[in-house]
Parts: sequence; C-alpha cells; structure tokens
Amino acid sequence: MAGGGGGDELKLLGMWASPFALRVRIALSLKGLSYEYVEEDLKSKSELLLSSNPVHKLVPVLIHDGKPVCESRIIVEYIDEAFSGDGESLLPADPHDRAVARFWASYIDEKMFTAWMPIFAAKTEEEKAEATNRTFEVAETLERALRECSRGKPFFGGDAVGYLDVVLGGFAAWVYAIEELFGLKQFDAARTPLLVAWLQRFVELDAVKEVMPDSGSLVELHKARQAQAAAAADDDDDEAN
Amino acid sequence: MDDPVKLIGAFGSPFVHRAEVALRIKGVAYEFIHENLDDKSDLLLAKNPIHKKVPVLLHGDRAICESLVIVEYVDEAFAGPPILPADPYGRAMARFWAHFIDHKSSRPSWLALWLDDGEEQKGFLKETKENLALLEAQLEGKRFFAGDSIGYLDIVASGLAHWIGVVEEVTGVSLVGDEYPALRRWSKEYTSDETVKQCLPSREHLTTIFAGKKEKLKTAARMMLQQ
Repeated sequence: MAGGGGGDELKLLGMWASPFALRVRIALSLKGLSYEYVEEDLKSKSELLLSSNPVHKLVPVLIHDGKPVCESRIIVEYIDEAFSGDGESLLPADPHDRAVARFWASYIDEKMFTAWMPIFAAKTEEEKAEATNRTFEVAETLERALRECSRGKPFFGGDAVGYLDVVLGGFAAWVYAIEELFGLKQFDAARTPLLVAWLQRFVELDAVKEVMPDSGSLVELHKARQAQAAAAADDDDDEAN
Repeated sequence: MDDPVKLIGAFGSPFVHRAEVALRIKGVAYEFIHENLDDKSDLLLAKNPIHKKVPVLLHGDRAICESLVIVEYVDEAFAGPPILPADPYGRAMARFWAHFIDHKSSRPSWLALWLDDGEEQKGFLKETKENLALLEAQLEGKRFFAGDSIGYLDIVASGLAHWIGVVEEVTGVSLVGDEYPALRRWSKEYTSDETVKQCLPSREHLTTIFAGKKEKLKTAARMMLQQ
C-alpha cells in the first residue's frame, strides 16, 4: 500500500550509536524508503521525541504522516506491513516461519542485549569472565537458530535479508566494538561459524553499509562515557572528603 | 490446515489463557495437554528447550512458543474472526501496548502486590498506578481495547481483567480501584464474554492457588527486587 495519496512522510528519531535505531535505518534502507533523520541528544531530548514517545521517551521513533510508531521490532514490522509494495518482504510468508522469526527476535532482545550489559559493567576479571561465558551461551543458541531458519541459505530470511537478520544486525557495529574494547569475539569461527559468515555477509550489504556506524566511533564513545563516569565518581569522592 | 492442534499448558496460567482464547475465537479444536510445572515432561522440554515454559502450541509437527507469538500465529494460521486489526498502524499500536503490559507494567505491579509495606512497595504502587492510568486512557470509552469485540490487546491484558483481582484479595493490596472506571467495566465485559468463559479458571480455584502459595510468592518478590 505504498505511496497512498500524497502522504508517506517519514521521519525517524534516532541516535547514531543505538543498535535499535540502526535496525530501523536498515529496514528503511532495504525498502528503499526516503525519510528525514533526526539525531537526538539523549541527554537533552527534543520536545518531538518526548511527545511522540511519552511512555518510554526512547529512540527510535518512526513518525509516519505525523503518527508515531515506537519500539524497534514493532517499527520494523510496521514498515514491512505499511510499505508491503516496496522492496522485498522482511517477514516470511509462512505463518510458522513468521512465528519462529518473532520468537528469536524476542529472544535476542531478552537474552543477548542483557547478556552484554554485565561485560560493560564488569569491574573484575572474574566478573568479566562470567559475563563473557553467558554471552557465548547466547551466541551458540543463535547459531542453532541461524541453522534452523536459514536452511543452508545465506541469511535468517533465506536468500534475502529478512526481519530476523535486521533485528540481530542492528548489533553488528557493537559486535566489532566489543571485540576492540574487551578482546571478546562474540561470534568466532570455532563456536559459531555460521554466524561469523553471516555477519561478514550482512555488513557488506549496500543497505547496511549506507547506515551502519563505524565501530571505531563506538569504541571512542564508550571510552568517553567511561571517562565521564570516572570524573563524576572522583567529584563525589572529593565531596565526601 | 487440518493438522491436529494441541496446547501444552498448566491450569491457572494467564499466559496459557491467552493461547486458549485465541484458539477459541478462531473456533479451532485443540487437545489440552496438562503440564505439571514442578515436574516438567519430556514433551515440554523437547518442544520448548530454550525457555521450558508453557504455553506451547503444537500444530501438526510445528511447535510455537511464547504466548504473544502464539496469539499472532493463531491469527495468521487459522481462518475466523481477526484478532489483530487489519491496518498496519492499528497493529503497531496493539503490539506496542502488549509489549508495555509484559515488559514495563507487569514487574512493578507484581512487586506492588507481593512486597510487604514499605518504601519500595509504595514506589512500585505509584509506578503501577501511573501504568494503569495509561491503560485506562487506551480504553477511551470503548467496550474493549480492540473496539466492539475482543482483540489482541484484550487478550494480552486479560491478566488485569481476572488474575489481578484474585491477587488483590489474597494480598489485601488494591491496584485497580475506583479511579479506573473504564478498566473495571472492561474487566467485567471481558470475563463475562462467552468465549472467554470457556477457558477462564474460576476465581475460587485461583484464590486457593494464590493463597496456598502466598509466603512463597512474597519470598520470590523480595528476591526479584535483588535482580
């Protein structure tokens, strides 16, 4: 139902380092849709963001003809349904395949993202090792998911990139950044060979290259945040004295 | 699709109820396989190895896990009255509020109900009241969240329509008070619907279950706070 009568004005509120915003950018890119991108300063959120997503006040938010859609997975499905005539379908056609894709998408957000957080927060080598092991368990589970969904083809979606590729792929730049920051390969050739090959293929896609941030910039961002947090902590210590 | 349909479930689970309502709205005949969650069957562990939870829908040789995924599957795989609206924006809104209920709203309401009186419990109660106000606003004079008949968001919110009332009685904590007239009216509408009644565990039975597990659930709530 593309190009419905003079409408189809798209605006995306995002943040350059957000893997969730990246999912939406990739989806829009795959569908060949034009949109206005608005970079949000998350320390000083715009009126538009606060009024478009009053419940969570988070990016990404897709505003389509003035109507906001929130939550990255929901936005990706929305794009697929509202612009079903543009580009390839992101969700598979078969109801069971769709259910499997949604199941794994939910798993990724429930388990993978939360498994990463302790790595960033780890203060000791022991904490880091424990957190790392948990991420390996998740990666190995996703390797099985990829085998199940791809059925020997290059992507979770089969021959072409689909919904689940986009959901996982939003994290692609951070996978590289984590390797650089912590020496931790999320996907490695011994444990998760399919995912290694998948990631290489995914980041080579034009639709992804157009919008993916450089992992070096993410590394710099993390270091800057750490420095700010350390400075704030020092200030607190000074005050305590 | 004439493949046999089975639902692995446990009595009293609001998540299992979601799957049953969806199947009954579509008029799908199914066999209910009763699972003892304290001694999980090989079947459950084989069909839901990742989460090991109910409900699990078995349709022929296909297994579908996670209640929200199951409801959408049932809507798409079987003919019958639609559960999600047809328009993409309506679908996105229904999914948004479903996600809100399961991910933002359920933990604070659970803690507000089961924690002992204190600063923390008061904090969760305040948060819950705010969340309920948002849901109250979503009803905006409609009979159901979906409009004139039950739809996806009503099914997802069914815990609020029925289970919450039981727990309020067992714990003595009031959540859905008179300040939510739309939610209270909706609860009655939902629980008196003919299709819903076919798969709604009785208040009496649920009360026995929750009263029997009261101390265990209070302990679990204190532990949940550490996470």
